[in-house]
Amino acid sequence: MRKLLFFMPLAVFLVLGVVFYLQLGKDAQYMPSALVGKKVPEFTLVSLQDDQVYTHKDLPNTSYLINFWGTWCPACHVEHPFLMELANSGVPIVGIDYKDEKVLAEQWLEQKGNPYQVILMDEIGNFGVDMGVTGAPETFVVDRSGVVVYRHQGVINAENWPEIKGYMK
Amino acid sequence: MMLIRDVFLSIAVLLSLSVFAQEQMTFSSELNKTRYQSLVEELRCPKCQNQNLADSGSGIAVDLRELVHQMIEQGKTDQEIVDYMVARYGSFVLYRPQHSTATFLLWYGPFILLGIGLLAFVVVVMANRKRRGRDL
Repeated sequence: MRKLLFFMPLAVFLVLGVVFYLQLGKDAQYMPSALVGKKVPEFTLVSLQDDQVYTHKDLPNTSYLINFWGTWCPACHVEHPFLMELANSGVPIVGIDYKDEKVLAEQWLEQKGNPYQVILMDEIGNFGVDMGVTGAPETFVVDRSGVVVYRHQGVINAENWPEIKGYMK
Repeated sequence: MMLIRDVFLSIAVLLSLSVFAQEQMTFSSELNKTRYQSLVEELRCPKCQNQNLADSGSGIAVDLRELVHQMIEQGKTDQEIVDYMVARYGSFVLYRPQHSTATFLLWYGPFILLGIGLLAFVVVVMANRKRRGRDL
């Protein structure tokens, strides 16, 4: 019994070693969204294309993506071509032009194309806060019943799309 | 000599950065100002790994500071403001975790360990005493 006690530090070391080893390589930036499992928060936003007022009731009835972007955001430039691909393959995307200027956003769409079904302007960033957004690009998957099922921070690309796509039901 | 002075200077500049991160804000009372300062120090910037709202210069921290400021001036209580942030960014934003079943061990674990330690200490001392008594 006494001898066993001598091996306690080794046992503790081994257990901690395994725990720390499993944590290695994990994305330390990853933060779960507080919104997963909840409905998309209520909003009243103006659309970029036709200056119409939209509320949460105007959102699609199918499963779709909400993509936060802005012309000020370098990673959004990287992400844009892939969003175009998704749109062409029929994925509905609602764009939120986050803390941006209307003129710049219009230029961007003209030059690079528009992957969005509708683009809503969140100039102050209040809807972003309601969605728990910390920056751009950030993408939410909303299911058919209007519940947020997944949040992805950063660029969507061919590599991580299969996982995100899995949540679209 | 110059080098040492440069190092000290850059440290001084770095230390004063947190002061620069704060915008000019007007408060209707000193109490509101104090509440604001304690709130932005206790709320964690959701974009950053380990910085509070007060220290962070990231865009979202600037926005959230402004929101805290507005909500205080609107007469919201500290608890309402904290709940508002938690509803949107999760308990990640709290530097002082809430008391709940999930955080029970976090809050009381050290005291439980202390209790076990004390108990073990007493048991060992008693056992030793008994043995010495027998040996004599």
